[in-house]
Amino acid sequence: MDILLPVLVGFLFAAGLYLILHRHFFKLIIGMMLFGLATNMFLFVIGRLTRGNTAIIAGTDQVASEPFADPVPQALLLTAIVIGFGVQAFAIVLIKRVYQVFGTNDLDDLDKTDRIHEKYPDKASE
Amino acid sequence: MQHLILVLPLLIPLYGAILCLFFWRKLGVQRVIGVATQLSLCAASAYLLSETDQAGILTTHIGNWEAPFGITLVADLFSSLMVVASAVVGIAVFVFSLRGLSNARLLYGYYPLLLLLQMGVNGVCLTGDLFNLYVWFEVLLICCFVLIALGGSKPQLEGSIKYVTINFLASSFLLIGIGMVYGILGSLNMAELAVLIRAAEDNHGLITLASVFFLIGLGIKSAIFPLFFWLPASYHTPPIAISAFIAGLITKVGLYTLIRLFTLLFVLNQDIVLPLLLVASGLTMVVGVLGAAAQVDFRKILSFHIVSQIGYMLMGLAIFTPLAIAGSIYFIIHNILVKTCLFLISGVVYRTNGSFTLKNLGGVYLFQPLLAAMFVIAAFSLAGIPPLSGFWGKFMLAKAGLEVGQFGLVATSLSVSILTIFSMTKIWNEVFWKKRPRTDVTADAAMAEINVADKPVIRLLHLPVLFLVLAILFIGLYAEPLVSLAFRASEQLLNSEIYINAVLLK
Repeated sequence: MDILLPVLVGFLFAAGLYLILHRHFFKLIIGMMLFGLATNMFLFVIGRLTRGNTAIIAGTDQVASEPFADPVPQALLLTAIVIGFGVQAFAIVLIKRVYQVFGTNDLDDLDKTDRIHEKYPDKASE
Repeated sequence: MQHLILVLPLLIPLYGAILCLFFWRKLGVQRVIGVATQLSLCAASAYLLSETDQAGILTTHIGNWEAPFGITLVADLFSSLMVVASAVVGIAVFVFSLRGLSNARLLYGYYPLLLLLQMGVNGVCLTGDLFNLYVWFEVLLICCFVLIALGGSKPQLEGSIKYVTINFLASSFLLIGIGMVYGILGSLNMAELAVLIRAAEDNHGLITLASVFFLIGLGIKSAIFPLFFWLPASYHTPPIAISAFIAGLITKVGLYTLIRLFTLLFVLNQDIVLPLLLVASGLTMVVGVLGAAAQVDFRKILSFHIVSQIGYMLMGLAIFTPLAIAGSIYFIIHNILVKTCLFLISGVVYRTNGSFTLKNLGGVYLFQPLLAAMFVIAAFSLAGIPPLSGFWGKFMLAKAGLEVGQFGLVATSLSVSILTIFSMTKIWNEVFWKKRPRTDVTADAAMAEINVADKPVIRLLHLPVLFLVLAILFIGLYAEPLVSLAFRASEQLLNSEIYINAVLLK
């Protein structure tokens, strides 16, 4: 597992970034999800993969008995998953709305805010 | 000792936002709550600043969990200055939004979102825990996402897709960096990390690698060259009451974090990192100002100038002397006020003339001389004409640069100032000075009509601009208090033992 998980994390990062660079809306969403997953997995793996007990201290002991898994990365991971869930939910709704309004599935069609002379009428952003 | 005053800048906007949510779609009540919240937030941050001014660094351990284990809130002079600046800008933008934003947008929760955004900004500035920093950044970002898309017009949707995607990536990079730091050093408390990093005997390469993740993540958030392309593509799309706050504050919060982390934590291998920042700051200035020179839209020119000004703030960090860091701090505070002020002015111009495009505007000086005068003050302050506020910031930075022999960067920064004047003159000529374009006679009639019917509204919109201009004049003409605060803040930043001792109660 110590070798396999880092390789998996790297693969997820690569796949996520590759899909984000795609022009297709759906692939953008999938890419963002994979990239978020990769980040979460990275947090999990970097906290060391310790097989053994939880860090719960038994009744009479002063410290947890070794070996125990570090609980901090898991707590971070939990928070990061929830935050990522919120951001991804927003991104999905946003992209659905963009698809409805623009009637296109291609990110390259959305280049008007980058251009100097060709622009939306001022009224549009009132 | 516990200082509960530290919790107030977080709790006041949170409670305000929750109260606003109880009165969903009742704008009158939300406005009253908003006024009360903004005023008390301003009072609380001013009190926080005066406390940190007198008592030094304040800390609060949330839930009474002692320092390296629990989440600590820390306020030193730099963070309290940021909190005060955000509260001042918050008041101005709030007053502008009373009449400067369409009711349809206000009904979909503008006020609670603005308050939550202010909470996020204050949280980033006050936290002393690395992971907590990430969480506050997400609070801030998700409010920005919703605010930029609020109303769902075409340009906003297009801008927010770019904004959301790139900032999601930036946050992920930040999180990866935090994970690496925890994996190497086994702590998340910034004060303890500062001790561990300074004592580290090996792993220097890995720590520097982690710092690169922070540099990229925060570099995207604060729009440093070459990571700035999302900013001019999205910041001009939402209505002014939204973009003024975001443009004024959010990139500076990224830069605040960069300065905090690279003075407190990542001080290893500075001979590699600082020259990199030096080059990046010079290129940020130049590319931003050249981008602005090509634009023909009021808000887009201002957006590119945000990028250009970020270069100056980064320049202070890159030079890394007490004077330079103080210059950066002064410049950040000055720029928050000036940038918001200029965006609000563009909003007033739009409200009375119906366009942001320079070609369609003209003759504003004739109808609104007061607005034109205020634009001159803000624009000259941005360019750094003495005795206005931008001059003192640039003076401190240039002096610091000359002291360490960075002649190239100083020359770049000064020539960028001249180009800034060029852009501001362009706006002045096109919007305020040249004759009104003759193409549509109806616009003149419409304008006369607006002037009769909307006079109280227009006056109200002038109010926040006037407020910010007075603030700019104050920190420019009476610069001594802010300059000395900035100097002491930079002392605190560079002598990290003060911070460490305050947090770890040594």
